Amino acid sequence: MECRDIINTFAPCLSDTLGVSTDLANFLSITLGVLIVATFPLLVTILLIWVERKFAARVQDRIGPNRVGPFGLFQPFADVIKLLGKEDITPAGADKWIYNASPVVMVMAVLLIWAVIPLTPVHVGVDLEIGALYFVAVASIGTLSVIMAGWASNNKYALLGSFRVVAQLISYEVPLALALLVPVMLAGSMSMVGIVEAQTGMWFVFMVPVSAFLFFISSQAETGRAPFDLLEAESELVAGFNIEYSGMKFAMFFAGEFMHVFTNGVLMAVLFTGGYIGPFVDQIPLLGLVYLLAKASIWYLLSLLMRNALPRVRIDQLMLFNWLFLVPVSIINLILVAFLMFVIRELGLQPDDPRDFVQNIPQTVVLLLGNVALLIGTLTVIRNRFRAERLAEQSTMLPAQAGD
Amino acid sequence: MTFGDFTPEAFAFGFFTILTLGGAFGVVGSRNLVRSAVWLMVSLFGIAGFFVLLSAPFLAAVQVLVYIGAIGILITFAIMLTRSMTNLKERFNKQWWLAALAALTAFLLLMVTVIVPTWGEMGAEEIPPTVASTAQLGEAFFSGWGYVLPLEVASLLLTAAMIGAIVIAREDD
Repeated sequence: MECRDIINTFAPCLSDTLGVSTDLANFLSITLGVLIVATFPLLVTILLIWVERKFAARVQDRIGPNRVGPFGLFQPFADVIKLLGKEDITPAGADKWIYNASPVVMVMAVLLIWAVIPLTPVHVGVDLEIGALYFVAVASIGTLSVIMAGWASNNKYALLGSFRVVAQLISYEVPLALALLVPVMLAGSMSMVGIVEAQTGMWFVFMVPVSAFLFFISSQAETGRAPFDLLEAESELVAGFNIEYSGMKFAMFFAGEFMHVFTNGVLMAVLFTGGYIGPFVDQIPLLGLVYLLAKASIWYLLSLLMRNALPRVRIDQLMLFNWLFLVPVSIINLILVAFLMFVIRELGLQPDDPRDFVQNIPQTVVLLLGNVALLIGTLTVIRNRFRAERLAEQSTMLPAQAGD
Repeated sequence: MTFGDFTPEAFAFGFFTILTLGGAFGVVGSRNLVRSAVWLMVSLFGIAGFFVLLSAPFLAAVQVLVYIGAIGILITFAIMLTRSMTNLKERFNKQWWLAALAALTAFLLLMVTVIVPTWGEMGAEEIPPTVASTAQLGEAFFSGWGYVLPLEVASLLLTAAMIGAIVIAREDD
């Protein structure tokens, strides 16, 4: 066997050339795969820190890091060295074990998501049959880490911060999961590869833009960034649940957050904009990674813009927005898409070949029209509600009339 | 299987066993209730690993989602909100023998039901490589010939419990 395509034939090559037993070779190749999948997001994060700082600076009419290396590209390394040199403080009265385990759990929760993400047509950590459910399950572990950090720090600001976070994270998990169900229904599969493959003909974002919007908003809330950054709220809570952390432990929370934001971009790309799908991917599989990262970067930059351009919401607004807007809309959206899929099947509009673009157009039009109708309905309800509120406010502010 | 052939499955089984049993010992051994809650989640995570080994990834994901993501956090919250509970120092109270009796009875019952069917000539049953796919599970739950009625009854019960909790928690206004 020739060892040319090293990525796909690592295990057989190893056992052939070095005479290692097949079991050991398989074990080594899997270990190597796990290491690569786990390290890749961490390496990307280093670049992301620079992107984020530069982007925020431009939005705020500043220049941003520009001293270390070309365009300040090496700034993150300087940051890391600085953080490594800082004293590692454990507050008195802290629960040492839980205090130290919490940042690890935080990073782990994000890294585990990458296991099911299809990077290219042939490179997937694991193609789980239940990939989408796995994502929801793993994402819920992040909440645990926040509670652990808040409680173990033995600091009332940290505890208050973590209470806020948990209320927020648990609430926004509801629309997140409901929006995630829509691509699963359209693809007829919970496997991430299945969802990507189902988008060969048409991206889901054109079929169900409302679901994409709901998923994007609630995943932004899950990362705890502005406008949903109540958990940090620098001006109110000092720094929230991670106030007592310093040095590399703080950096792990920080890296976890950065990675989470980019991972959300990747998930948006996988679930709604066709993941690795693009021209010539069949011939050169590695091109898929480029497409995936390019699509993910667009969603990522959109979320950065949202972070830097919008003000923080109040806690009551946060909860109102979720329970009175996102959750009802996502439930109605789910029922609507299920109904439209039934209509499409009854009318025979579904494509004979799902991979063909033109044959996908009829069902896309039906789904899109349904989404537009939902959007108009929602906006009308919101308009009427706020109009009534405004009128009620005005009537109380009017000067007293004679005879009142 | 003998101790001679050391497969990755055996290694994983050992790892998850240590996680599950170690977590369980942590739950009963910790003096601090929040630590107990964290240990409980470690133990439940180990059980999720067993589900993976038994070719039931759906159950594994649900185990993590429901027991760690929801129930674990709920328990932690309940403990943290009752401040007096986090500072308990005594290991035993007056009812320790009652608790021990209950735990022993449950343990013996489980041991009998697990060991007796496989005792003797029958030996361990071979586990089929694929138990059931998620699609089959969904069909069993939602099709007319399956378990649709028990599922609906259970979901109605849960909804009623949720509404009840909201009614109790609501302030009169």
